[in-house]
Amino acid sequence: MPRLVSHPDEVKIVSRRFGQGAAQIERYLELGGYQSVRKCLEKGPDWIIEEMKVSNLRGRGGAGFPAGMKWSFVPKQSPRPKYVLVNGDESEPGTCKDHLIFLHDPHAVIEGTIIAGLAIGAKTGFIYLRGEYRYLLEIMERAVADAYARGFLGKGIFGSQADFDIITQTGAGAYEVGEESALMESLEGKRGIPRIKPPFPAVVGLYGGPTVINNAETIATVPHVIAMGGAAYAAVGTQRNGGTRLFSVSGHVERPGVYELPMGYNLKKLIYEVAGGIRGGRALKAVVPGGSSTPVLLPEEIDIGMDFDQVSKAGSMLGSAGVIVIDDQTCIVEFALRTISFYAHESCGWCIPCREGTDWLKKSITRLHAGFSEAKDIDNIQYIAENILGRTFCPLGDAAAMPTIAFVKKFRKEFEDHLNGKPCPYAKEGVPQVTVV
Amino acid sequence: MSAESMPIFSPQLASRLDALVQRYPVRRSALVPMLLYAQDEVGYLSDAVVAEVARRVGITELDVRSVASYYSMLRFKPAGRYNIQVCTNISCLLRGGNEIFDRFQQELGISHKGVTADGLFSLEEVECIGACSWAPAIQVNYDFHEELTPDLVPGLLDSYRSRARQSPPSELGAPGPDFETRETQDAKPPAPSDTEGSR
Repeated sequence: MPRLVSHPDEVKIVSRRFGQGAAQIERYLELGGYQSVRKCLEKGPDWIIEEMKVSNLRGRGGAGFPAGMKWSFVPKQSPRPKYVLVNGDESEPGTCKDHLIFLHDPHAVIEGTIIAGLAIGAKTGFIYLRGEYRYLLEIMERAVADAYARGFLGKGIFGSQADFDIITQTGAGAYEVGEESALMESLEGKRGIPRIKPPFPAVVGLYGGPTVINNAETIATVPHVIAMGGAAYAAVGTQRNGGTRLFSVSGHVERPGVYELPMGYNLKKLIYEVAGGIRGGRALKAVVPGGSSTPVLLPEEIDIGMDFDQVSKAGSMLGSAGVIVIDDQTCIVEFALRTISFYAHESCGWCIPCREGTDWLKKSITRLHAGFSEAKDIDNIQYIAENILGRTFCPLGDAAAMPTIAFVKKFRKEFEDHLNGKPCPYAKEGVPQVTVV
Repeated sequence: MSAESMPIFSPQLASRLDALVQRYPVRRSALVPMLLYAQDEVGYLSDAVVAEVARRVGITELDVRSVASYYSMLRFKPAGRYNIQVCTNISCLLRGGNEIFDRFQQELGISHKGVTADGLFSLEEVECIGACSWAPAIQVNYDFHEELTPDLVPGLLDSYRSRARQSPPSELGAPGPDFETRETQDAKPPAPSDTEGSR
């Protein structure tokens, strides 16, 4: 069972029911559950969307698109059925927050899904979990069955005229399926390959119907937004960045864990106070602030507020809020190699810059790390990455290129230290090196 | 080939799959979960499994293979009864994922995608499994094991060895995949379906 952590600076909204047995429906009800959806049934769709807009809740999957605005794009009238799709494919390296939501608060996901359905006029919601999360899928399935048994799902939910069904779905191992259109392909029983946009999912999505797709954390936040009121939720965060964020802190810190902090919380404080500082009293070398696809930050760049706009201003991205902390004993080339190996493995192969580019980068960095490169190869790595950037159908290409460019730019000396014809100068004795998967 | 002559799924799985294809607006949506649940029982996607899933969904075997080959958890060869998946992605790398993988290789005498001679264990180096804050982490079939050290590896393997002794693989509902084909007589496959739902 994943260890729960806490810190006095935390503002527990999404995580307030963690560790309290809320996976049981009785307990969820005791803790105020399913009150927000009842309120939404009374108030109607326009009110829900307005509250969501006021809340400044932005997509927790990584792109940070305002959720209320996304919902408002769905046409009111549609000849095809509309759908709500919950993205629980959580696969961005460094990110493990949805893991805890499914484990500790599955009914919040259900309640948020129903509210999204009421807002856009959908009668069916899908909750898609990555295949590795089987035990969490079982928890979700049990929660859905309990909600049906109580009349919270099915025909005439909560004694109203509205109908709503939820179907849970398992993936089977694919990072790319976390991309919204690839997820729809997967749910339709196909290879998880992205679709060309436009049309966007809000117009033509799952089974060709208008679809709202949100990250699991976004959906689990919705009942809290309704309960608190959009304005109160927005007030917790910073301008245009409402509420809190679940930060998955990993790597070389004393107290790794998932912490819920207000949007805009200082990154330096997050690492040195909340997560207890660098493990073993070592020095900090670098921080990846928002999951593996976000550009690395140097120690002098981390005195920033963790919201979408401030991290972007610092030249990186808040992404999935997976904060990966790297100490001074780490070889950045090895870290970059492991990062690009991942993207090369996960590229779906549909478009060429990503399929060929990620593989080429992997080969180039493998060779460099092993000590077989010349100075011009370092420029070449950057050149390849820059030519993937912006030239792919989906964000996977950018996700591979952006961190690679940042590693080369910010740690050029470390790349050059590998040019001496010998294996990695940063290798620790007795510690196996990255093998290429 | 006639599917009727070779029931390959247990009655429990057969009825689960019957329900699954009825669940979605489009029959084909059941494909990925069906393949994974079939693999959980049979151990891998054998030719017979592919044919049976194709028949149940109402698509060609080629189509089934095309989809299955995309997903990293689906396999066309048997794995061990306990498939050990060691994450070595960045968060685990920083906290010793490679050392964990190395120790498993030493203890089992197999490497990436290898299977032990007794068929009990297989080993895989995998991408991020979503346990980054509790790294280094592994999965044995679907069970997570977190905050590992190399020294914990032998004891973990022993716990699975004794679990295997307590529940022989032929017993239905045994934990994890085993790759012996089940011989169940009463699993009558349903009549071939009509067509895929409209799109």
